[in-house]
This record gives sequence, C-alpha cells and structure tokens, in this order.
Amino acid sequence: MRALHDLALGMRFAVSGGREGRLRTGLTALGVGLGVALLLAASSVPSIIDGRMARTDARGVAATHSGGVARSDTSFLYIDASTEFHGRPVSGTLLRADGAHATPPPGVAAVPRPGDMVVSPALRDLMNAPGGTLLRRRLPFHDAGTVAGAGLLDPGELVYYAGDSDLSTDRGAHRASAYGSDDARDPLDPMLIAVIALICVVLLVPVIVFIATAVRFGGERRDRRLAVLRLVGADARATRRMAAGEALFGAGAGLAAGGAIFAVARHFAGSIRLWGMSAFPADVTPVPLLAALVVVAVLATSVGAALFALRSVSIEPLGVVREAEPRARRLWWRLAAPAAGIATLVLTHRFAGKNAALHTVPIIVGAALTLIGLVGLLPWLVEKAVVRLRGGPVPWQLATRRLQLSGGSASRAVGGITVAVAGAILLQMVFGGIQDDFAHPDDSTGAVPTSSAHRHGAPREADVTVQVSAGDMGLARRLATSLGSTRGVSGVAATVEAYATPLAGTSARPGQGGGAITTVTVGDCASLRAFARIPSCHDGDTFVSRTSAATAVDDRPGEVVALDSGDGGHGASAARFTVPYSARTVRALPGWQGESHAGVLATPAALDASTIGGAVTWARVWTDGGRSPGTVERVRTAAALADPAARVDTWVDEARDRQYASVQTGLKIGGTATMALIAAGLLVSAIEQLRERRRLLAVLVAFGTRRSTLAWSVLWQTAVPVVVGTVLAVVGGVALGKVTLDLLAEPVGSWWVFWPYASMGAAVILLVTLACMPPLWRLMRPDGLHTE
Amino acid sequence: MTGEEPLLTAVGLHKAYGPTAALGGADFSIRHGEIVAVMGPSGSGKSTLLHCLAGIVVPDSGSVTYRGTELTGLPDARRSELRRTDFGFVFQFGRLVPELTCLENVALPLRLGGARRKEAEAAAGEWLERLEVAGVARKRPGEISGGQGQRVAVARALVTSPRVVFADEPTGALDSLNGERVMELLTDAARFTDAAVVLVTHETRVAAYSDREVVVRDGAARDMATIR
Amino acid sequence: MSIGHTLLGLLETGPRHGYDLKRAFDDRFGHDRPLHYGQVYSTMSRLLKNGLVEVDSVESGDGPERKRYAVTDAGVTDVREWLEKPEKPEPYLQSTLYTKVVIALLTGRDAAVLLDTQRAEHLRWMRDLTERKRRGDLADQLICDHALFHLDADIRWLELTAARLGRLAEEVRK
Repeated sequence: MRALHDLALGMRFAVSGGREGRLRTGLTALGVGLGVALLLAASSVPSIIDGRMARTDARGVAATHSGGVARSDTSFLYIDASTEFHGRPVSGTLLRADGAHATPPPGVAAVPRPGDMVVSPALRDLMNAPGGTLLRRRLPFHDAGTVAGAGLLDPGELVYYAGDSDLSTDRGAHRASAYGSDDARDPLDPMLIAVIALICVVLLVPVIVFIATAVRFGGERRDRRLAVLRLVGADARATRRMAAGEALFGAGAGLAAGGAIFAVARHFAGSIRLWGMSAFPADVTPVPLLAALVVVAVLATSVGAALFALRSVSIEPLGVVREAEPRARRLWWRLAAPAAGIATLVLTHRFAGKNAALHTVPIIVGAALTLIGLVGLLPWLVEKAVVRLRGGPVPWQLATRRLQLSGGSASRAVGGITVAVAGAILLQMVFGGIQDDFAHPDDSTGAVPTSSAHRHGAPREADVTVQVSAGDMGLARRLATSLGSTRGVSGVAATVEAYATPLAGTSARPGQGGGAITTVTVGDCASLRAFARIPSCHDGDTFVSRTSAATAVDDRPGEVVALDSGDGGHGASAARFTVPYSARTVRALPGWQGESHAGVLATPAALDASTIGGAVTWARVWTDGGRSPGTVERVRTAAALADPAARVDTWVDEARDRQYASVQTGLKIGGTATMALIAAGLLVSAIEQLRERRRLLAVLVAFGTRRSTLAWSVLWQTAVPVVVGTVLAVVGGVALGKVTLDLLAEPVGSWWVFWPYASMGAAVILLVTLACMPPLWRLMRPDGLHTE
Repeated sequence: MTGEEPLLTAVGLHKAYGPTAALGGADFSIRHGEIVAVMGPSGSGKSTLLHCLAGIVVPDSGSVTYRGTELTGLPDARRSELRRTDFGFVFQFGRLVPELTCLENVALPLRLGGARRKEAEAAAGEWLERLEVAGVARKRPGEISGGQGQRVAVARALVTSPRVVFADEPTGALDSLNGERVMELLTDAARFTDAAVVLVTHETRVAAYSDREVVVRDGAARDMATIR
Repeated sequence: MSIGHTLLGLLETGPRHGYDLKRAFDDRFGHDRPLHYGQVYSTMSRLLKNGLVEVDSVESGDGPERKRYAVTDAGVTDVREWLEKPEKPEPYLQSTLYTKVVIALLTGRDAAVLLDTQRAEHLRWMRDLTERKRRGDLADQLICDHALFHLDADIRWLELTAARLGRLAEEVRK
C-alpha cells in the first residue's frame, strides 16, 4: 500500500514539475516514444511478412497436375514475362483466356484482352516517369486498368498482366484454371534467418539503450527533489520507489507517444522502401504478443535504468551525495558480457561444425551479448581514456576535467552509438561476406568477369543471356538482328538448344547412370563460333564439340540422338537425329564458369530446329563492357519486343553492385535513423548539462572567457566519448564480424566497411556541438548572473 | 594616472530587465586603489550596478568610463578582453569550476589570457600561498570548505593583478570569522597589488573594510561621503 | 537626549502653551518617562534667555498666567543644526535617533538624509574600529568586535527605519 502510494507520488512529480518538469517529461516521452515506435514497427515485421506470403500464395497459379489442366471455360494460358528495370524487378505475366469466364489473377477484374495490360500503380508511375521510355517500349500493351492492392505484395511493387493471343503450350505457356497455391514453402535459408536475427539485435539493442537513456533525462534535478523529500521524512526506499514511479510515468507517456507516432507513421509505410521492399499500412500491425512484450520491456527497462542510476548516488536529506571520487569502475564484469559473447561464437564454430541451422541461436545470443557488453565497457574505457589527461588548452582542459568528474552520462548516451555502429559494421561485414554467394553461386573463387572489351567468341561467358522457352529458329534470327543492332552490344550468338539422349547402347554403360545426356545446339556459323574453335563452316555443317577433359559422350559422328530434352530416350514420339559422319570434332571454348559448351553443334540446314522437343531459344549477348550505360536495359527492351516472354539474365557487374548497394543503402538508412535518435539523446543531455551550469557559465563570462573557448569545450566534451565509443565500436564490430563470418564459413569481404560509420560518428559530434551553440549563446548572456 | 583621478566612472546608468527597472540613473566613481562598498537592500540594483561597471551588462542608457575609455560602446569581445586583463571577480559561494582543481581554477584567468600552463600554475600557486590555502591546490572545489573556496576565489580574482576587483557578496555564504578573514585577505591583497575594489555587500561589518560607502536604493546610488 | 531641541522642534510646528508642550512631548516620546512641568518651565526659560523662543502671547484668566511660546528664526536654525549633526555612535542611541526622526518628520525636514548621515557616521566609526581590530591583539579584537556588533545593530535599525519612513510620517502627522 505504502509502496503504491510512493509510486503514485513519483508519477505526480513527473507531471507537476512546472514548465521545466513538463519539458523534461515531454522530452522523455518523445525519446521513449521514438524508440517505442521503432520497436512497434519491428514487431509488425511478422505481420508484414505474413501479408506478403498470403498474397504471394494467392496469386501463385494453382498447382497443375502432370497431365495439365483441361481446357475449359475458366482455364487460361500463362507464361512468365518478368523483367527488370534498372535493378528493380518487374513481375509480368502474359495471359490468354481460353473461355469467356477465365479466372483473373487476384486484384484484377478480368483477364486482359489481347494487346491490353493491367499494371500496378507503381509500374504506371515508373513508365510515365522521365526515363521510362525504354520500359514503355518494352511493354507495348495498351494500359487498360490497374492491379488492385490484393494482387500486390506491397504498394511499390512493379506488376503487370498482359493479354497475348499468341500464347500456346507449344510456345512454353502453361494452362491453369485457378489461382492460389498451397505449396509447402521451402524453409527459410538458415543463413538468412541468422542474418535477420542479427538485424533485429543490431537495430533493437540501441533502441533499448536509448530508452534507458531517455528516462534519465533531468536525472540530477530529480535527485535534488528527492533529497528534499528525504528532508520532510521519506526514507531511502521510498525515494527509490518515487524515482521508479517517475520513470514509470515517463515510460508510460513514451508508450503513448510511441503508439501515436507509430499509428501516424504506418500510413506512410508505402512510401518507405527498404531492401527494395515496402508494405501496405494495413499489414503494418504489431503482433499482439510482441506488442505486449514491447510494453513490458519498455516499462521494465525504464524502471531498471532509474533504479540503476540511483546506485552510485545516496540521496540524503540535505542533498545528493555522489561519491566525491566515484567508485573505481571494475573491469572484469564489464568484460564478462562481451567475452562471453565472443566465446559463444567461437566455441560454436569450434564444436558445432558447419550446419548453419544450428547456429542461429548461438549467433543471436553471442552477438547480442557482445553488443550489449560493449555498452558496459564504454564508461570504463572513457574513464580510462581521460583519467591521465592533464593540461592542454583551456577548452580541452575544461572538457577532460568534466569527463573525469562525471563522464557517465555522456558515456551512456554514446553507448547507443557504440552498439549501433558496431552492429552496422557487423551486418555490413556479414552481408559483404555472403554477398558473393548470392551474386554468382557457382563461382567458388569469387572471380568476376572483367568488363573489358572483348571480341565475339572470346573465351568468356556472355554478359547477358536471353531465353525463350520455345525452340524457334526464326525467333533466334530476329533476336540476333535486333540485339545485334542494339547500342552497346558487341556480339550476339542466337541459337536453339536442347538436351538430347544418345540412343546407342552406351547408355547402359556401367557408371553412366541413366544415360549420358548431351546438348544439341542449332545456330548459324557465327553463333556457333561463340562456343568452339571452328576453322571453317558452311550452313549444313555439323560439329561435335569437345572439352580438353574429353569424357566419353556418345554423340560421336554416326550416333543417333533422341531430341527429347534429355528424357533418357523413353519418349517414343521424340524426333531423332543422326550425327552425320561428316561432323568434325572441334575444341570447345572455356566459359567463365569453368563450364564449356560441349555437345553437338549444328547449323540450321543440318538440323531442323522445329523438330526438337523442349528446346529453348537462346541469345547470348556480349556488351562493350559498360562503356555505353544502359546497354542491359536496351537489351531487355529489344528482347521483350522480339518475344514478351523472353527471360533476360545478366552477369554484368553493375547489377551485382546495385544489389549490394541496396543492402548498403538499407543499412545506412537504418544506421542513420538510429544515429539520429542517439544524437537527439546526446543533444538533450548536453543542453540539460549546459542549463544546469548556467551560473558557472555566467561566471566564466564575467571572467572574460571567449565564447569560442566554451564552444570548443562543448565540442571536446562530446567528441571524446564519441571517438572512444566509435573506436570501440569499430574494434568490436570488426571482431564480431570476423567471428560471425567464420561461423557462417564465409570469407571476410572487406575490412574497411566501417569508414562510413566512423564518419557518421564525426557527423554526430558536429551536429550535437552545433545544436548546442544557440542555447550556449543564450546562456552566456550576462542575464545568467542576474538570476541570483 | 594619479590617485586623484577616477579610475572607473559611471554616470546616469539606467537598466531594466523586462518591466522591472534595476537601475534608474545611478552614478558611481572609484579611484585608483580605493575600496568602495556598495550597499543597499536586496533587489535595490547593486549587483546590476556591479555588472554594468564591469562591462558584463550594457546599460540601457548612461555611460561607464574606465581610464578614459567608454565601455558601453565597446564590442563584446573588447569588453571580455578588458575583463580578462584589467578586472578580477569574486562571487558569492566562490563559483569555482567544479571539475578543475583549485590550482587550475586560480590559473584559469591567466590561461584565458593566453598564458602557458606552467607559468599560470606557478603564479596561481603563489597566490594560493598568499591566501593561506596552498594545501588545497590539488583538490577539487567539492572537497574543500566554504572558507577555503572563497579564498581560492579571491586568489583567482587577483592572479591577473587586475586594476579593479569586483566582489559580489564575497562573504555571503560564510560565518563571521571566516568572512572577516576573507575580507582581511582580500583587502590586504588589493592594497598589495594596488587594485581598486568594488565590494557589493549587504553586511555593514563587511562594508567596514572599505574606504567609502555607496548606498543603492531604488536603482539610484548615493555616495555616503558626500552627504554632509 | 536633548529635551531643549525636542521642545524647540515641537514648537516649530506652531506656537503652544507650556502645558500643551508637555502633553505633546509625553504623547510622542514620554511613554515611560513623562516630563515634569518644572522641566518644561526651566527649559523654556533657558531657551527664552538664548533667544531661541519668544513669548507669543500671555493669557490671563481665572487660572494661573499662561504663556504661549513660539520659536524664533534662531531656534529654527538650532533645530536644523541639531538634526543634521549625527549623534556620536554609542550604544542605545535609538531613543535620541527616534526623537530626531519624529521631529524631522513633524517639521517637514528630510528624515532620510538624517538617517543616512547617521549611517555614514556609524560606518566611519566601524571603519576605525575595524582598522584598530586589524592592528590590535586579541583583546583589542574582542573589544572592538563588541562595539562593531552594536554599531551593526544600530545600522540595521537605521536601514529598517529608512525603509519605514513613509508609514512613520503618516502616523506622526495624524
């Protein structure tokens, strides 16, 4: 009962502190509110993902049986016609209704008529934007409507559905009669889970640290008020309860503010893009359990921080007694957390082997322990850094002496920066390390094709490939013509390709399994020269291409192969092709992935491409290596005009860089937001400190102290903890990144990823110092002396 | 400059803080080496008078002349420089910089004037000795008594050998014995360096250490020596 | 306390009979020690002899002969000089100082100047005592301190009175 009374009294103080008190409570509420809003956003992530998943499923085509769906009034033909525009994926589908009641995709009223298309609002904006010309040419359909939200993963998604009367199953299209797939999804890649978990730790730990700092705004003033309460009879325990009550109120107000900020901000969810993704406001709904957890965590953190702050202070009736010589900060327990964190990671690496799925929990625990441990380590390090500092110019002396006496509050505020920077460095390193996997999964060496100019047929894989799932020599020729005349393209090899099964008895050869499959490639002489050294060639010639490590493949001259897309010769209906005895054996050129294009190379007159089952039309495009910007986009457009369903893949560097850059940008946005939050906290405590020293400032002014002297002192006072914190963050982040990458069995991509964050720390110093100047100037007016 | 000419003169000072007038036509003058007590009830404007005289506050009207220079027209930087070089200050409660040691506090005005740290601290050490507080040189203001703190403050005011020391209630927070000792040390030191002292106080027994008394009532200063 | 100056000051507000003078004096200053009529008579004789008062008129009626006294120019000057001259600072001055303040108010003179003059005189003494104290031994210091504390108390009274002059004037002139 008594305890409740004290708590309530503490809350009253939070409200009734006059203008000053309300300002302080307001600042706390704002600070905590910003943190809470971030936490609520984080707790909405599962809802956002669920929403995306649900819509992904809803617009997936219902599973087709092996026999296919029978043609009916509701059935339709579809083929994927997705493309990419300047690094942004455009999800496209060509549709052809079988009957009048063909099922439209989600978010679309009816299957678009041939030549029409329905587009998502974002795609329409992009097409109408300046620079969207190429995209408009690539999608030569009449804009007949809009894809509604139900058919989009997020408001910014680029989607179109177009009607195409030329679709047929022969040309690679599939038939279906309904949408909505219930495929069991592959479980998320464990590495991805680990990375996502890391992101959560990295983003949320600074927020918690910030909240703990925010509830201590105005702490010294509060301590003095509690001292007065001691004078009129409150005991030490009661003052603690009142402090807790006051913190509770601040946290409660912060929760309310955070809820309000979140409620407003979620409406703008659609305009925020992170990692190329966005969200519908309706999806940005916190998971109730997580939201409850946020509330409990914020309340507990604030009360805990308030009580922890009272630990080194004894509030006596006649005033606040801080230990004159603050108790020496002991190192061992501060080292315990980060050491345990690193040990967790290292030991997991040592004993758990390489099964990354098992690593998720240790990675989260280890990283979190290390990051949180850094916060504890910082005050000790700042103290150690400044304790020996003597002399120097007056501003430096004032700043270092101040830090020696009470560096704690500055260190606390900077603690958030340390975690944020260390975490960002960790993430950046991990991303950098695993990036290579995502970019070219088959390349173990990580070597990237050079972008230097090259000749057609050089021993090097194409920069861009165009595929259409139908073997059509005419299409191949059209592609060769249109792509060849595209600016920035230096060479095109257009072919029709398919797998084939040799029918000679060798298929049963021991060790060869179900028969060695070979490839059949049909193209003109110029195109075939992209794959092998062919000295002389005329239409009607056939070649057998061999790599140096010649394996005994039974596509020797004279052999018969079934053009059955490598079905093993079972398809009785498949056409056959006899490799003529005139076929010369030629030397295959190595491709950049170490794989050569071996097999049967035939000119169109030697083999009628239209007889091949399951063939694919290919166009391999060599560019001039980025000397003409936008070549890839022009290639996509040319390919789409030749066949809207053409699939374009690119291996050009810029695409990879862009993907990496988007990760980096996302991290920078998150990092900047966190830094801004922390800078705000630092600023509030700096200004508060200035206000508390109003009289002293006035005295220094009376002595004729230059304003610049005091301004520099403020700068140093901010800079020293931030620099120490940033150095600690860089060391901690790089160490943690290295250990984590080891654990994920990935190499360190770059050791220098911390530069942007180090400069961000410098920016925070400047920002806080600059923002402190107006109040400093105001407080340095001689009126300060007059307040006595 | 002879002792007869005024060192610092103020004529017709007016100063208002918002709607409340702190000074309403105050006159003042002090000669070389003179100790003048400024007395008056609280809120009478005596601190404002001191701030105007020291060039900390610019009066709304009237003039302050120091050695022939009109202070009110000087830019802030020049007035600050003057305060560093020619003036010294002692405040109630000492108002030492809590983070700095006593020695560093005393050396501060010299260092603000550009002196090297070693020299400044050597001079500061001498002054602490003169004021009988050499023992607290390495301590911080929070660790010493009020009387010691005020002596350190006096040392800080005198370390630059100022021509005028402005003392605003220098004994305000001290008991009589400590207060008197501080006054003895302050006046002795001022006489030693030939500094004039403007001594704002509400205590007669402190004012008794002065050569002359000026009473401020309702914003007007009255020189008690000219009454008869 | 100078009864002669006080009676002169009272007369400056207008001619009075001897008995009226005694009553006026007793009302204002004689709370604990009323004046004997004989004292008034002898003082008036002395003032008459010195030319500071004159007999304004004599009423002869059924009772004893009643003289009405008036102050002369010389008397007015004497009162002024008395008021302007600070008292020698010594303990228990209040009654004299109070009388002076009231007379000054009654006669329309500036009581504030009177108080300030006295204050300056007190401070001059305090300065001398402080100087003696600084040069003297412990005994000197203790003796001087005693006097200083008393003078300090006087000055506080002077300050307080100065702050209340307005109210006092109202009451005096009632």
